[in-house]
Amino acid sequence: MIRACVLRAPGTNCDVETAYAFEAAGASAERVHLFRLLESPELLRDYQILCVPGGFSYGDDIGAGVIFSRQLRGQLRETIGEFLTGDRLALGICNGFQVLLKAGVLPDAGVLQEAGSQVPASVMAGTEAAAEGSTEPASGGSSRQATLTWNENGRYTASWVRLTTAGSNSVFLRGIDEIELPIAHAEGRFVSNDPQAVARWKEAGQLACRYIPWQQQGAGQEILHPTANPNGSLEDIAGLSDPTGRVLGLMPHPERFLFATQHPEWTRRRLSGEGAGMQLFRNAVEYFG
Amino acid sequence: MLWEVEIAPAPGQTDREGERVLAESRLLGAGTVQQVCSAKSFLIEGTADRAQVEFAASELLADPVAERFVIRSLPAAEETGNGEQRTTGLQLLNVLYKPGVTDNVASSTQHALNALGLNVDAVSTCRKYWLDTGLAGDEQRLIERRVLSNEAIERILPGPLQLETIALGSAREFELKTWPIRQMSDPELEQLSTRGQLYLDLTEMQTIQQHFRTLDRDPTDAELETIAQTWSEHCSHKTLAGRIHYQDDQRDIRFENMLRETIFAATQTIRQLAGDEDWCVSVFKDNAGIVTFEGDECVCFKVETHNHPSAIEPYGGANTGIGGVIRDSLGTGLGARPVCNTDIFCFAPPDMPPERVPEGALHPRAVAAGVVAGVRDYGNRMGIPTVNGSVFFDERYLGNPLVYCGNVAMIPRRYCEKKVNPGDLIVSLGGRTGRDGIHGATFSSTGLTQESEMLSGGAVQIGNAITEKMVADVLLEARDRGLYTAVTDCGAGGFSSAVGEMGEDTGAEVWLERAPLKYAGLSYTEIWISEAQERMVVSVPPEHEAEIIALCAEEGVEATVLGRFTDTGRLVLKYHEHQVADLSMDFLHNGRPPVVRTATYTPAKTSRLMLPAKNRFDQELLQILGSWNVCSREWIIRQYDHEVQAGSVVKPLVGVGHDGPSDAAVIRPDLTSDRGLVISNGMNPLYGEIDTWWMAASAIDEAIRNCVATGADPSRIALLDNFCWGRTSNPEVLGSLVRAAIACQEFAVAFNSPFISGKDSLNNEFDWKDDSGNVHSQAIPSTLLISALGQIEDVGLAVTMDLKASGNQVYLLGATKDELGGSHLALVCGLQGGEVPRVNPDVAVPLFHGLHAAMRQQLVRSCHDLSEGGLAVAAAEMAFAGGLGLELDLSALAAETELADVVLLFSESNSRFLVEVEPQHCEAFEAALEAVPLFRLGTVTDDPTLRITGGNGTLRIDSALAALREAWKAPLNWS
Repeated sequence: MIRACVLRAPGTNCDVETAYAFEAAGASAERVHLFRLLESPELLRDYQILCVPGGFSYGDDIGAGVIFSRQLRGQLRETIGEFLTGDRLALGICNGFQVLLKAGVLPDAGVLQEAGSQVPASVMAGTEAAAEGSTEPASGGSSRQATLTWNENGRYTASWVRLTTAGSNSVFLRGIDEIELPIAHAEGRFVSNDPQAVARWKEAGQLACRYIPWQQQGAGQEILHPTANPNGSLEDIAGLSDPTGRVLGLMPHPERFLFATQHPEWTRRRLSGEGAGMQLFRNAVEYFG
Repeated sequence: MLWEVEIAPAPGQTDREGERVLAESRLLGAGTVQQVCSAKSFLIEGTADRAQVEFAASELLADPVAERFVIRSLPAAEETGNGEQRTTGLQLLNVLYKPGVTDNVASSTQHALNALGLNVDAVSTCRKYWLDTGLAGDEQRLIERRVLSNEAIERILPGPLQLETIALGSAREFELKTWPIRQMSDPELEQLSTRGQLYLDLTEMQTIQQHFRTLDRDPTDAELETIAQTWSEHCSHKTLAGRIHYQDDQRDIRFENMLRETIFAATQTIRQLAGDEDWCVSVFKDNAGIVTFEGDECVCFKVETHNHPSAIEPYGGANTGIGGVIRDSLGTGLGARPVCNTDIFCFAPPDMPPERVPEGALHPRAVAAGVVAGVRDYGNRMGIPTVNGSVFFDERYLGNPLVYCGNVAMIPRRYCEKKVNPGDLIVSLGGRTGRDGIHGATFSSTGLTQESEMLSGGAVQIGNAITEKMVADVLLEARDRGLYTAVTDCGAGGFSSAVGEMGEDTGAEVWLERAPLKYAGLSYTEIWISEAQERMVVSVPPEHEAEIIALCAEEGVEATVLGRFTDTGRLVLKYHEHQVADLSMDFLHNGRPPVVRTATYTPAKTSRLMLPAKNRFDQELLQILGSWNVCSREWIIRQYDHEVQAGSVVKPLVGVGHDGPSDAAVIRPDLTSDRGLVISNGMNPLYGEIDTWWMAASAIDEAIRNCVATGADPSRIALLDNFCWGRTSNPEVLGSLVRAAIACQEFAVAFNSPFISGKDSLNNEFDWKDDSGNVHSQAIPSTLLISALGQIEDVGLAVTMDLKASGNQVYLLGATKDELGGSHLALVCGLQGGEVPRVNPDVAVPLFHGLHAAMRQQLVRSCHDLSEGGLAVAAAEMAFAGGLGLELDLSALAAETELADVVLLFSESNSRFLVEVEPQHCEAFEAALEAVPLFRLGTVTDDPTLRITGGNGTLRIDSALAALREAWKAPLNWS
C-alpha cells in the first residue's frame, strides 16, 4: 500500500482532513509530528508521499512557514534531499507551500543539494549547535528568487477561486484542466525578483496552477464575483511544481473540496457525491500504479 | 549585548502598515500628517555577535525577496545590513509592548534563534514609524494613542532606541501577607474590597470577617483573593442564581434561584415530556451543555462573553474570549473536540465622529477592527472554522462593546462525566504563568469607568492560539488513553478557580512554587490568581503521571505536577515550605451570603406609529439594506477561515456571487457521516426597548427559524442564553431581565427547544466625565443573545437562501401583522412607537415542522427567514444572492390581512419565511403546508429587478438588483 506522511508541526491544523483525503484515495496516511521526524529522520524512508499540510506552523511568527522551513533546510536537509531524489512525491498545501518554497524545495529542489551560503565562523564555533556536533549548513534563505508574502489587500482572506492548470507538468494535476477550490491565507501573494527565473519555470511547466476569472452566470447582469486573482500574485500564480512535476505546492486547499457539499454553489448546481479536489489525492496514489 | 534587527519592505514592495496608519489617522481627523513609513524590528539580547545576528537576519528574520534589514547595537547605533537608511527629517516612534505583556512572536523567535545556534536570552518585538515632525499636540497625541498603540498594553519610545536591556523580572523574597480584617470597621472593609480589586459588597466582606473571627486568625492575601474570585459575579452568577423578588403588572414571584426556576426549569419540563426520547445529556452543570448527536457521539455548545477586556484592548480581549470558550469545550466532560466557532458582537456605529468619543473609550471603528482581528487570529490559528455570527450596532455600546464567543465541540458519550478522586495529582498543561489578567474575574463583574483603561491594564491578556492548539491535541490524546479522571480550564480566577472547583467535593493541596513562570518575581498569590492563557488542569491518577508527562513532551507541551487532590475538604496552598492558605471548601463554595434583590417591571408607554405616507418605498428599502445592522458582513466573514476541518456545508455567504447572507451555518462534524449540525442565533435589542418579554420570544423564534430555514429538524434544536445587561442593582433593570428569563422559560417549552447552557454579564455600563467635569453614565441596551444548535439528518437536504431559477414560484410562509415597533423601517425613518413583534407558538410550531417536512421531500429550492426589514429586505437579499429578478404581488395578502402595503413590506412579524418552489412541486408544497398561513406571492424572473406591487396593483418597489446589492455592500466594505 502507498504510504503518505502528513507532516505536522506545532500550529499545523489541516492534517486530519488531509490524511483523510489520502486515505479516501486509497493510501495509508499517517500524521507524523515534526519532532518525531527530527528525532528519527530515517522514518521518512518508509513513505512514498510527503505532504506538508495547511495551518499556521509556529504561529507563522516571523513570517508564514519561516520557522518550519528553516528546520527542513537545516536539520532535515539531507533527509528531504534523499527523499526527493527517489521516485517519490511531495505536496505542500497553503502553509505547506509556504514551507516548501521558503525551504528551497520549490521551485527547484536542487537548491537543497547546492552548497549553502557562508555560515559565520562564530555561528559554527562555540554555539549550542556546534557543541552538539551539528554540522548544519545554511543556504536557501538569501539566495531565493521567489517568496509568498502578504496579500495585496493586506489581510487574511478566505474565498473560493477558479484555477487553470494549462501547461502544468504536475503529476498531481493530471486530468484536471480547471478546478474550483477555496483559499484561506494572509500570505499567499507570489513574488519573484527574477523575471528570467519566472520565464524559465513557465517554460518547464512549473507554473502548476493559476487563478482565472469565474464564468459569468445569472440573468445577464454583472455578477460581482471576488476578483480572479485574490491576492495579487505575480502571473496569477497559485501553485508551483518542481521541474520533474513530482513536487507541488499550492495555496488553494484541495482537501477542502472532497465532497460536493463543500462547494459554495452546490445547492444551485445540484452537486452531489465527491468533490473535485479528490482527484489530486487520487492522482498521487495512482502515480505509483 | 542588545541588538536591533530592523526590517522594512524591499524596494517596490508596498508599506502596508504605513498606509494603514496614514489612512486611519486621516479617518480620525488627523489631517496634517502627510507621510508615514513603517518597519518592524526584533530586539535581541544575549552573547550573539554581529556576524551571528546578521546571519540570523538574512537566514531567518527577513524575507530575502520581500524585505530588507538593518542591524544596530543598542543603545548606540552603528548599522550594517542590506536595507536603506530611513528618511531624515521625520520623527521616529517606536511601539513596544509594556514589560510582561505576552509577545508570542518574540518567544517563537527566541526559540528559532537558539535552534539556529545563537545564544539569546531575551527577544522583544517592536514596531517603528516615521512620520512628519511638528504635528499639533492634539494630532500627535491622537495618532500615538488611537492609531499607533494601545496604552493598555503598549508604550511609545520616541527617537532612536536607547534601551540597554529587555530582561524581565527579578527574584522575589518570600513574605507572608495577611489582612487584619478582624479589626476593620465597615468603611475599612469596603475600602479593602475596592482598593484590593476584590469587588465584594459589604455583607460579603462582613461574612468573611466573621468567618475569620471564628477561626481566631486573619486571612492571608491568598485566602482573601480565593474567596473573592469564587464569590465573584463572573464565577458564581450570584445575582441571577440568587434570591429575587419580582413584580410586574401580572406577577409577584419570589425566586430562591431565579435561573433555576425559569430557564433550567424549562429544560426539566422538556426532558420529562420527552421521557425515553430525552436527548439532553448534561445540562447546566459543566462548562458547556451536551446533547446527543448520532450513535455514541454527542455535541456540546457554549457561548461566553468577554466584554470588559474587549473594551480596553479589543484585539487581546476578543482573542482571549475565543481562546477561553474553546477551553470551555476542552474542559467539558473529559474533553470535547472543537468543530466550529460562532461570534456575535455589539459595537457603536463605526462612523461616529471622533470628537464624540469620550476619554477612556476607544473609537468604535478601532474596537470593531480589533475585535474582528482578535477572533480571526485565534480561531484561524486553532484550525477551528468560524461559521456563524452577527453584529449589532447601537450608540449605547460605545465604551462598553459586547463580544460573545461560542464554540461547538464533539464528545463521545462515555467521556461526558468526570470525577476527581482523592490522591489524584493536580497537573497543569500548557502555557506558563505570568502577571497576565490578574483580577479578571472580579474586574469583569463591575462596571467600566474611564479609569478602567489605566487601573485594570493587568486584566488584559493576549492569547497564544498555537499553544492552545498543542494543548488541545495532547489533551484529547490523553483522554483517549484514559490518563486522567477530570479536567477543567483555567479561565477567570486562574488556578484558584480551576483547582477550587475541581476539588470542591474532595480537598486539594497545591505547591505553588512548582508552577512554571514566564519570568521571575511573581508572589505566591499572583501565581494562584493569574489568568495567564492556554492552561488546563487535569487530575491524574499517580500511575499515569509518567505517561502524560511523556506524551506532552513529545509534542512540546509543558506539563507540571502542581499538587494533589485530598480527602480533607480543605484547600491548602503551599509555597516552598510555607503554608499560605488553608480554607474550608465548604465555606468557599457555600459560605457566600445570599444576595436578595428586588426586581420590578413597569410596562413601557405605547404609542401608535405614524406610517410614512408614500407611494413608493425603494428609498426605504435601500436605506434599510445599507443600515449598519442589515448590511453585508463580507469584510468580516472573509477574514475568518470558515472551511478548515473540511466540514463546511452551508457557508456564511452563499449564492451565485458567493455573497448572499446565509440564515445559519451547516457543518458536518464527522467526515464519515452525513448527519450535520446547524448553528444560528437570534438577537434584537431594539425590541427590548418596548418589552423584554417579546424581545426574548423574538430572539428564540429568530434563532430557531434561522436553523429551520437551512434544513434543521425543529424537534432537535438546543438553545443557549446570554444575558448582557446594565446595572442590576437598579430594580427596573433587573426586572427587565427577569421578565426576559420568564419568557425564555415559556417559549422554550412551547417550541420544545431546551436551554442547555447559558451565561450572563451584568453591570455593562460606562461612566465618564466630560470636559466640564460632569459625570455621565451610559448603560447598554438590554441584550439577550439566543444561540441555537440544530441538527440535520442528511446534509444533502440543506437549503440555501439564494434564488435558483427563473420561473420558480415564491411563497410567503407565516402570518404578517402590524408589528413595526422596534423595526428597521422605524429606525431608518425615525418613527416612534408601534407594536413590537410577538410570537404565537400555536402557529409557529406547526409551521416550522411543516416547512421541515417539505424540505425533507426536497420541495424547497431556496428559503430565507424574514427578520430586520421584513419581507422587502428578505426578497431583495434572495434576489441579488441568486442573481435573479423577483416579481411579487401582495394584493391577495393585503386583502386577507387588511394591512397597508408599507406594513406588508417592512413589518418584522416573527415566524415567517420566503420560500422558492419549482412549478412542478407547488401542489405538493401547498399540501404539506395546508394548515399554516401560506401565500403564493410571485415568480422568479430573468430580469435583474425586484418589483413588488401592493394592495390594489400599485407599484411599491421597482429597483435594480445592482443598486440593492451596492447599497447593502457599501457600509462595511472596509479596505
